[in-house]
Amino acid sequence: MNTPLSWIKAYVPELSCEDKEYCDAMTLSGTKVEGFERLDKNLEKIVVGHIEKIERHPDADKLIICQVNVGSETVQIVTGAQNLKEGDFVPTVLDGGRVAGGHDGGPLPENGIKIKAGKLRGVESAGMMCAIEELGSTREMYPEAPEDGVYVFQKPVTPGEDAIEALGLHDTVVEYEVTSNRVDCYSILGIAREAAATFRKPFVPPVVEVKGNDEDVNQLISVEIKDSDLCTRFCARVCKNIKIAPSPEWMQRRLAACGIRPINNLVDITNYVMMEYGQPMHAYDLNNVAGNKIIVRRAKNGDVFQTLDGQVRKLDSEMLMICDAEKEIGLAGIMGGENSKITDEVQTVLFEAATFNGANIRKSSKRVGLRTDASGIFEKGLDPRNAEAAINRACQLIEELGCGEVVGGIVDVKEPFAALKQIRFEPERINKFLGTEISTEEMLEIFGRLELAYDETTNMITAPSFRQDIECFADIAEEVARFYGYDKIPTTLPTGEATTGKLPFKLRVEEKARDIAEYCGFSQGMCYSFESPKVFDKLLIPSDSPLRQTVTIANPLGEDFSIMRTISLNGILTSLASNYNRRNKNVRLYELGNIYIPKSIPVTDYPDERMQFTLGMYGEGDFFTMKGVVEEFLESVGMTKKITYDPNAGKTFLHPGRQALILYKETVIGYLGEVHPEVTDNYDIDTKVYVAVLDMPEILPYASFDRKYEGIAKYPAVSRDISMVVPKNILVGDLEKVIEQRGGKILEEYQLFDIYEGSQIKFGFKSVAYSITFRAKDRTLEESDVSGAMKKILNGLEGLGIELRA
Amino acid sequence: MKERLEQIKAEAIRQINESEALDKLNDVRVSFLGKKGELTAVLKGMKDVAPEDRPKVGQLVNEARAEIERVLDEAKSNMEKKLREARMKAEVIDVTLPAQKNRVGHRHPNTIALEEVERIFIGMGYEVVEGPEVEKDYYNFEALNIPADHPAKDEQDTFYINSDILLRTQTSGVQVHEMERGKLPIRMIAPGRVFRADEVDATHSPSFHQIEGLVIDKNITFADLKGTLAEFAKELFGEETKVKFRPHHFPFTEPSAEMDVSCFKCGGSGCRFCKGEGWIEILGCGMVHPKVLKMCNIDPEEYTGFAFGVGLERIALLKYEIDDMRLLYENDIRFLKQF
Repeated sequence: MNTPLSWIKAYVPELSCEDKEYCDAMTLSGTKVEGFERLDKNLEKIVVGHIEKIERHPDADKLIICQVNVGSETVQIVTGAQNLKEGDFVPTVLDGGRVAGGHDGGPLPENGIKIKAGKLRGVESAGMMCAIEELGSTREMYPEAPEDGVYVFQKPVTPGEDAIEALGLHDTVVEYEVTSNRVDCYSILGIAREAAATFRKPFVPPVVEVKGNDEDVNQLISVEIKDSDLCTRFCARVCKNIKIAPSPEWMQRRLAACGIRPINNLVDITNYVMMEYGQPMHAYDLNNVAGNKIIVRRAKNGDVFQTLDGQVRKLDSEMLMICDAEKEIGLAGIMGGENSKITDEVQTVLFEAATFNGANIRKSSKRVGLRTDASGIFEKGLDPRNAEAAINRACQLIEELGCGEVVGGIVDVKEPFAALKQIRFEPERINKFLGTEISTEEMLEIFGRLELAYDETTNMITAPSFRQDIECFADIAEEVARFYGYDKIPTTLPTGEATTGKLPFKLRVEEKARDIAEYCGFSQGMCYSFESPKVFDKLLIPSDSPLRQTVTIANPLGEDFSIMRTISLNGILTSLASNYNRRNKNVRLYELGNIYIPKSIPVTDYPDERMQFTLGMYGEGDFFTMKGVVEEFLESVGMTKKITYDPNAGKTFLHPGRQALILYKETVIGYLGEVHPEVTDNYDIDTKVYVAVLDMPEILPYASFDRKYEGIAKYPAVSRDISMVVPKNILVGDLEKVIEQRGGKILEEYQLFDIYEGSQIKFGFKSVAYSITFRAKDRTLEESDVSGAMKKILNGLEGLGIELRA
Repeated sequence: MKERLEQIKAEAIRQINESEALDKLNDVRVSFLGKKGELTAVLKGMKDVAPEDRPKVGQLVNEARAEIERVLDEAKSNMEKKLREARMKAEVIDVTLPAQKNRVGHRHPNTIALEEVERIFIGMGYEVVEGPEVEKDYYNFEALNIPADHPAKDEQDTFYINSDILLRTQTSGVQVHEMERGKLPIRMIAPGRVFRADEVDATHSPSFHQIEGLVIDKNITFADLKGTLAEFAKELFGEETKVKFRPHHFPFTEPSAEMDVSCFKCGGSGCRFCKGEGWIEILGCGMVHPKVLKMCNIDPEEYTGFAFGVGLERIALLKYEIDDMRLLYENDIRFLKQF
């Protein structure tokens, strides 16, 4: 919310401080200032000039030479402006002065533009007459300014006086971030009240007095609230003999500084009161209110209504409407209707100041797709007590501005007000809660500043109605804290029972995964959890695959971010692709992130969030490099038993001959492989890509950081090499299974040291050689031990149809 | 006899001095000291020496032998030294040639920042816990004192799965899960991924990370909140870091605050980095709202607590001076390599 500081000061007349000091203090007492801007920034030596004489420039058709009385002297100024005539009063920057920007209204330079005397086409010019844009403002804010030309004062001014003062630009616009609980601070009076409390100055709100005529508005109009759950108060007053005209300059300036464009006295008054009181108002042309009757009720499903912006809106039965005896005339709290809008011909006006159910306004505004200043305020839930003051303030302004004749009386239909909140005053508890030693007197003094009433006999604090945020002890403690000063509260560390800090096991395993991946050259990527359903096609996932059953976002940013991933590969492939596309060589990436497996469709419960350790690479390295990383990791988390691989992984997105499930103790814990060339094509990667995905929930039960020293072998080992010719379709994994099963207790390790296919070996076979090592823990092995074990192994291997080579 | 030995000795030393290679030296050793060598021959001729002279002659032979061996060893060691020197001379390398690195990978800057935050809080006795990313409305909003139709619900632009299930917009829901477990006192941090319907740009991402903190115990005060977070800021940004607490509003804490830290670039004097403010907003915090405690079956008369939430990306961007949030999710290796 933007407000001019001058408007705040109008109600805290004793407030006097530097802009920065004001903003800092307000922020520290809880009314956060986002920033402030002096409207007279870079405006120097600018006075009112009176154009006494205009002559043509001898050498330039488009320039004129003006003799301008700037008070102390008359100076000659050359200008290209076309809108000037003798006798005009204009803002004039003198030699050595400064303006905020150029006349084109472009972005304002940080230090403005310095103006110096000089010659224009050979004629001396001692300064410049300013367009409103050059003064850092706009025609929006100064509607009387010409579209292209120098600003001409419409009000009486004196040559030589401060033109910036005359324009009302010696002011500061402060931007506040008002928190959603402080609906009262979406108003000048709310902020002024906070400012008064912050600076310990008196708060002097406007005195509202409406004369009104002898008539009684209740004879003229009536109001009926049919849906009082959605409208708790409706105040109405009527003004006759309306004379539409521009509002006075002071009102225009204040609205303009708030970012509201001045329109005419009537509209400006409603906007002014909305800013000042935080109570949106609406004005209806009473001529268009059939039966002089207002009915507040829900719309009917399927009704349509044209709002005053000309749009036709579709209504439903939860939207609240303001109606007359015959028809709908306003979308309550959001926007009035085209059919009752104020025109310049208006004679009689009906003012509305009402209180609506905030949640309902918010939802209606969403459904109808229309958010206005008014709805933005209403949806926060207003204090119904404020409506009457606001409507009277509007009527007072009507009278003061000579805008019309206010009919006496007010139509006020309302639900009983909720009781004011009362909270027990517990000073010791407040101190114990804050960690402070603030005296009771100081607390009470703070309450006084905030209009929190304290009753000594009941020991209760009563919150004023505009403070709807104050409900309990903690709220009271906050009021004390922020006006005592957060900065004055001591800093201590929690005492009490000591607790052990720790990283849970799952996160320790993930940390290890990061370490190992990085040792192996993989860098950590981060990918989105949601992606496009098209990913499944990109990964060649069959249309009936359960992976296509997803947790789906009802309101995604777009289809590309609409499903929660059930497979982690797309993220890493997309990242590899963007690296590939940028010609980065040898890229290795890993990711630790969840996939989301729904337990049922439609989703009715938490999905299974499974942490996936995904690795992907292109460039140097192959399938076995990736396999090595997998094994390094598994060993590092204590999974030292045999890891096995099943080539029948059935992954459509991997090369059919280069993929494997990874198994540990017969549990599938992941898979790895070369990415299917069609998939790499889909990602525009023109090279081989290898991936591995480890399903962490399957790994955790086997992982352990416990280690036990087993002793270093004392007795010598015996090695035997075997070389065999094996049918090609037999996996070395099958051979190893035999070696492991038949090697007996003395088998220590075995190592594949040669594998060969080619001309020396008969077609359909491969040559495989192993070195097998035996060792006993308690003795030196005898030849017979080793040959016995070897015999068993060889027998087993022969059973697979293997020929031993010499 | 004596003269003969002197001759042999002199001849041996002459030959040693003439030797230019180790094998020549060996030849000398063999020809004088070997089984068929000259000194050995002298010993063999001992039988011709009168028995009473034999010890003396034996001694003379041994002396000659020792002398020859000494000269031999010396020559050998000199020669080896020379050879080693020559070899090393030939082995000179250009030490400025490129290193052969193991090419280790790099952690994501988010993770580096997170691990640092975790380290700090684990050191203060906090446990790291996790909560679900796909969350129920109750935990993300209602139990945090954000009832249905609360405007704060709109401010967060939530992704919904259905009316009851959503993508969490904040890690604060983990507070509720942790309190519901019923084990007190609590000191926890909960890092994790959160989601909001923001279009991607330099400062927004629909998916980012927060770190939630929660302390519940008897006698926890606002002063404890200030002290804890001031300590955290010093650990994270340096001993000189100052903190400032500003009143703010969060539905689930009361009183609430935002914490600024003194700009770690300019130390607080104001620079481009802190937009001239001297302060950088870093986190939101507050005393756990009594309503939240009550909903989790904790008696607010007996227990109090504080909570805080830090944006992880915010810390990473600030700490590593990354100027565009999109870089964090592109996974360009040229970016990741820098961490």
